[in-house]
Amino acid sequence: MALKEGSPLFVTAETTELSLPSRIEAIDEVATAIARLVSRSGMSEEAAFGVDMAVREALANAVIHGNQLDESKLVEISVTSSADSLEIRVHDQGAGFNPETVPDPTKEENLLKSSGRGIFFVRNFMDEVYWLTPPEGGTTVRMIKRSANP
Amino acid sequence: MAELNISERQAGDVTILDLSGKITIGEGSVALRTAIRRMLEEGKKKILLNLGGVGYVDSSGIGELVSSYTAINKDGGQLKLLNLTQKIQDLLTITKLLTVFDVYESESEALNSFK
Repeated sequence: MALKEGSPLFVTAETTELSLPSRIEAIDEVATAIARLVSRSGMSEEAAFGVDMAVREALANAVIHGNQLDESKLVEISVTSSADSLEIRVHDQGAGFNPETVPDPTKEENLLKSSGRGIFFVRNFMDEVYWLTPPEGGTTVRMIKRSANP
Repeated sequence: MAELNISERQAGDVTILDLSGKITIGEGSVALRTAIRRMLEEGKKKILLNLGGVGYVDSSGIGELVSSYTAINKDGGQLKLLNLTQKIQDLLTITKLLTVFDVYESESEALNSFK
């Protein structure tokens, strides 16, 4: 039996790896490259917008809070696209942090704070988010967006 | 091209800043901060930010809008927002900031609200 190309049976996970120096100006270029990969995954425009928001926030956190803008430190990214989900990992070389200690920016007492909404956006726009501290050091944020119709 | 273009016009004692581009970490956020600081230095305390041409805002941009709002309030002034795109309106909704900002869809209504 001939197997049809493009059948979901033959969609395997495809991973792309990127890295960026810890400079604010580098965020846009890498986020744009990731957005291009995401657009090829067939995700809806609205979902892709959310993923782009989450990616930019995760990259900014890695560059600023993780690597403390130290240009000798890289932020490493992997984007894995499979039939039913998109997984993006952002790894920095920082000391790590506990996301549970980040105050809820939507609480009345935090509404007028000028920062602290990045992680909120990451959580809001992705379906699953995990912060990992791998044994080799640094922090990895693992973000998953599931396809609406797997 | 600059990330965020800001042009200024005056309607009575209200200064309207027409913004176009992105208010994101780095250049865009800094451009807004600089413009608001200059307004306050020039004694312009009634500011209407027209965001109709702003297609993208990140958490840094949202933070800058909040900082602008608090800086102007602290100086006895008022900052209001005009022409939010759907995406920005959604971001302000989920961050519960729509309850903080005074938001208008019509420029004349916005101008009247300063009186």
